[in-house]
Amino acid sequence: MNNSVTHTARLLGAGLRALLALTLLTGVLYPLAVTGVAQALFPGRANGSEVKADGRVVGSSLIGQRYDLPLKEGQQSPSPDLKWFQGRPANGLGANTLNTRYALLLSGATNLAADNTVLVRQVRDAKAAVVRDNSVPGHPVRASDVPADAVTSSGSGLDPDISPQYARLQVHRVAARNGLSVPQVEKLVTDHTEGRTLGFLGEPRVNVLQLNIALKNLVAEH
Amino acid sequence: MGPVPAGVLQLLALVGALALAHVPLGSSMARVYSSKRHLRVEKWIYRGIGADPDSEMTWPAYLRGVLAFSAAGVLFLYLLQRLQGVLPGSLHFASVDPAQSFNTAVSFVTNTNWQSYYGEQTMGHVVQTAGLAVQNFVSAAVGMAVAVALVRGFTRSRTGELGNFWSDLVRGTLRILLPVAAVAAVALVACGALQNFSGIHEVGQFMGGSQQLNGGAVASQEAIKELGTNGGGYFNANSAHPFENPTPFTNLFEVFLILVIPFSLTRTFGVMVGSVRQGYAILATMATIWLGFVALMMWTEFAHHGPALQAAGGAMEGKEVRFGVGGSSIFAVSTTLTSTGAVDSFHSSFTGLGGGITLLGMMLGEIAPGGVGSGLYGMLVMAVIAVFIAGLMVGRTPEYLGKKIGAREMKLAAAYLLVTPALVLVFTAASMALPTPGHSMLNPGAHGFSEVLYAFTSAANNNGSAFAGLNANTDWYNTMTGLAMLFGRFLPMVFVLALAGSLAAQRPVPESAGTLRTEKPLFAGLLVGAILIITGLTYFPALALGPLAEGLA
Repeated sequence: MNNSVTHTARLLGAGLRALLALTLLTGVLYPLAVTGVAQALFPGRANGSEVKADGRVVGSSLIGQRYDLPLKEGQQSPSPDLKWFQGRPANGLGANTLNTRYALLLSGATNLAADNTVLVRQVRDAKAAVVRDNSVPGHPVRASDVPADAVTSSGSGLDPDISPQYARLQVHRVAARNGLSVPQVEKLVTDHTEGRTLGFLGEPRVNVLQLNIALKNLVAEH
Repeated sequence: MGPVPAGVLQLLALVGALALAHVPLGSSMARVYSSKRHLRVEKWIYRGIGADPDSEMTWPAYLRGVLAFSAAGVLFLYLLQRLQGVLPGSLHFASVDPAQSFNTAVSFVTNTNWQSYYGEQTMGHVVQTAGLAVQNFVSAAVGMAVAVALVRGFTRSRTGELGNFWSDLVRGTLRILLPVAAVAAVALVACGALQNFSGIHEVGQFMGGSQQLNGGAVASQEAIKELGTNGGGYFNANSAHPFENPTPFTNLFEVFLILVIPFSLTRTFGVMVGSVRQGYAILATMATIWLGFVALMMWTEFAHHGPALQAAGGAMEGKEVRFGVGGSSIFAVSTTLTSTGAVDSFHSSFTGLGGGITLLGMMLGEIAPGGVGSGLYGMLVMAVIAVFIAGLMVGRTPEYLGKKIGAREMKLAAAYLLVTPALVLVFTAASMALPTPGHSMLNPGAHGFSEVLYAFTSAANNNGSAFAGLNANTDWYNTMTGLAMLFGRFLPMVFVLALAGSLAAQRPVPESAGTLRTEKPLFAGLLVGAILIITGLTYFPALALGPLAEGLA
């Protein structure tokens, strides 16, 4: 009995020593080495792909933002600022529950099922809002024109992109709100549309932050 | 080009890349586990452990090594989380509470990487890099070691010896996982993945004000998270988060990392047993199932049945624009047919049938191609069962790779086969029968049941993905999924190593005219059939109550 206890203890000790040695290699040296190489070769990307406009950091090109009006009194959630291109809904973003001293940006999906009535309502409301917001006199938007990404929340809740269809759908509204001509804004969208990588990887997309920065510059020049 | 042909082309590109890596990686892994030479750094580690890497172990000794190393891992990771509040470099995050620490420690040591916590607001730099990421390496290396021990069981005769666990563990980590992960991590950073040790910092916003983001060693963890079929995300959104998976290219690259070792291990197996064609038969079985599942998933996701998806005009809920439906479908199938559980899109919001495919993938036992190591040994156990079934049909004593499949071997294989379904079905039933566990369900009806079934399927098969609507951070789920992960990982390993020992002790049976040709397509077909029938019979009632009820409604 005693013998087996010492044997087990000896074996556990060996396991622990193996773990510590491998921790030194894979948990200390490996991440430090990768960080060193990353910081030397790709400092911008390794540090979050921050984007500057007018000499100030306005976000990360990889993280989607809200383009909303300030919250009005009595409002539950702010209304979108229709001057700017809008990103996808984000109904599943997490909330800070631990470590509440921070106001960290948390990622998350809704996880609602395809047959959940809550999700059906979210989608219908979002579609009605897209149709309402983007219909300008002489250019009505039909519900069938609204692409799926415009009315669904992404996996991360931080999707930086929208589909080119959704960007084009917003062109008339954005042009009208900013006093620009439709072809000017259309050209902006075309210039910021990224096709599939190598022609077949992923889906075509438009980075909303980059698009809005370009839009802001265009308005300023105008 | 439409999204469907683009999705098919992505799949073809992935198959091409895996085919290119197959022979070089598979053969070099065979050399790693057969070589007599030790690297200098390896010798230092063996001296530190106090182990002689050249001594041979019988199966009980090998198992004791696995268990001791894993127990030390659970203990260390548990303490690291419990002490986080006082550890430097932890972003001033609080210590994790006991039930969640237990769950997370077990989760990462068992290669499950189920997460009942929000990565970005729970785990600081020290726990992420020195705790969680380390287990991403070593739990994968343990899986490979056990697989190699089983292969040695087939190749050796009249001996009880299966190799040396410490040597297999250290070599798998140092010679296979570490170099590939390092290259992959740098490639991920080049595409935009985060890699720094900055604290929580303010980043300006377009509309004014700022947002708080955390830094972290994300790319280095992401690389081994996929390569080791682990799946525990740095962030809550896992590989859907742009800092983990920034572009369509990284998406396919991460799927490649997930699949490359499990598929290549069939080559390692073929080389080690002295017949690469035996390896190809196993590979063909795995590839058939994987490709079939991807095709089914693409079909159902592009068809986007389900009221909400119909209203939206596409299955984009829980999916990122840059990956689209095609890239997300390939990822979802690959992560659930291996023991990975990383997600680039949220399975709970897939079509009813799509969610069912992810569930079924795990229920097959994650053998097509399965987790690193665990996929190969799981598939070899299924091959033993298929050989036995074939033997019954023709009335001959079954044999596989020159070893008799007798009563003892069959008992061990059958025990292996029963462990996970028993855990999944009993724990799910208990959760449904008890009054409170049901409160964790987010969605009503059949989908709510699927959430619970998914949780225990994922835990017992060491997958780690979730129908994440389920609030799993309760004492019940933290404890019960923790137990499911522990039993689901180590009980099968006991049976596999016992089987290996029993095979290694046999003398080889000479091949005769009546020997079943296990390197032929006919056998691969039989194996696919056996896998589907056995899984189907086991889980059909549970699937009928969940995803089938939802998908056919």
